[in-house]
Amino acid sequence: MKKKKIDKTPARLDFIQSASGLILGLFMWGHMFFVSTILLGKDVMYNVTRFFEGYYFFGESYPIIVTIVAGIVFFIFIVHAAVAIRKFPSSYKQYKIMRNHIKSFKHDDTRLWFWQVFTGFAMFFLGSVHLYIIMTNSADIGPYASADRVVSEWMWPLYILLLLAVEFHGSIGMYRLALKWGWFEGKDAKKTRDRLRSYKYAITVFFLTLGFLTLAAYIKIGIEHKDNVGERYHEQSVTVKGVQQ
Amino acid sequence: MSEEIKPRILKINVLRFDPNDKNDFPHIETFEVEEADGMTLYIALNEIREHNDNSLMFDFVCRAGICGSCSMLVDGRPTLACRTLTSKLGESITLAPLPLFKLIKDLSIYSGEWMRGLNERLETWIHDKEEELNFDKLEERMEPELADEIYELDRCVECGCCVAGCGTIQMKPDFVGAVGLNKIARYHLDPRDKRDDEEYYELIGNEDGVFGCMTLLGCEDVCPKDLPLQSKIAYLRRMMIKTALKN
Repeated sequence: MKKKKIDKTPARLDFIQSASGLILGLFMWGHMFFVSTILLGKDVMYNVTRFFEGYYFFGESYPIIVTIVAGIVFFIFIVHAAVAIRKFPSSYKQYKIMRNHIKSFKHDDTRLWFWQVFTGFAMFFLGSVHLYIIMTNSADIGPYASADRVVSEWMWPLYILLLLAVEFHGSIGMYRLALKWGWFEGKDAKKTRDRLRSYKYAITVFFLTLGFLTLAAYIKIGIEHKDNVGERYHEQSVTVKGVQQ
Repeated sequence: MSEEIKPRILKINVLRFDPNDKNDFPHIETFEVEEADGMTLYIALNEIREHNDNSLMFDFVCRAGICGSCSMLVDGRPTLACRTLTSKLGESITLAPLPLFKLIKDLSIYSGEWMRGLNERLETWIHDKEEELNFDKLEERMEPELADEIYELDRCVECGCCVAGCGTIQMKPDFVGAVGLNKIARYHLDPRDKRDDEEYYELIGNEDGVFGCMTLLGCEDVCPKDLPLQSKIAYLRRMMIKTALKN
């Protein structure tokens, strides 16, 4: 009986692609919620920032924690990009075949794939810029610091594109992950898929709305704060708290 | 009353090409057919062959969605022509042969050759691993539920629609496609097939197999037999990951 050793790499790559995508997708959902706390007021966002800097655990802020987390996310991001690039068309011929197929077939899930590849490619650049800046400027996150970054440091054009790319890529990816592995399949896979697809659209709309509102809030603060770039929010807040105490 | 309603005049655009004719090139030819009640594309194509052009080539055998020979692209979507009612389509209908398969002429393709290659590659037959065939031995019994489950997957008619509806296989023609993966799922279910998980892994545990699938699900959406392709591919993917993990 033939008994060859199987090559486990294709299985590993497939698993890594899905697992890294899932982690990044979940991270992005959490990230969006945390960032959007600015909509609840500067103090809320400021406290969320301090929470992630470990203030409530150590009594002092350690932005290095954010650097480490951003570094880990950057690493997963690169791993995901490295394994997912296998699915990209690798020549003009392949690209053209796929474009023609999408055009003539008019099939939604095939179209979604194109958008996933497109947004994925865009994020090689958009995501890297953002992650590197956060990693190296982890102390400058806060109601004013972040708003200054958006407006005075000219990040808003990048953030608009990155937001669109992340939300489309993420929700399509999560939808595809569920179908790929047969999660929540139940008895009627077709019905589940329809349901998942409507969730996917709802999630995209929800996070894009939340994302743009959040971005608008930072832009507003950034414009108001334009003349005081560099000023940090926590100083005021600490004083206020000190008075209250 | 119904006489008052004028039947539609269908414009059927057929992508025509004879690869054996050196002077021919792919071109669209349009035929006009008067629509009749309950008309299928099978009937419409026969009308064309009878009244317009007897050189038009297309394949049909059973006319009832059982043989899988009449698969073609109808307005870009792979389907069986014999089961497609013209009333469900617009006045202008575009027909093209399925891509990827060898073109015989016009709408006629040689899908059999491709399918045979696939079956040989995936060894889609029972591997009982007995040295000698014993005809006196009774076949193992199986539960009716299991037999039904196997039969469900065995309904594949190899029409090639899933292949034509798969973006992955268009880009990467070595991919086994849903037809291949469905067959593996079918033999894996069958207790008479004694191949172990590692042997199945050898067949589809790579990027031309289940790990190449990008879950575009064109296959699931066009399969004329409504095979549970999405579920079975997901099942194989999980099974292949488990096989890799335990080794």
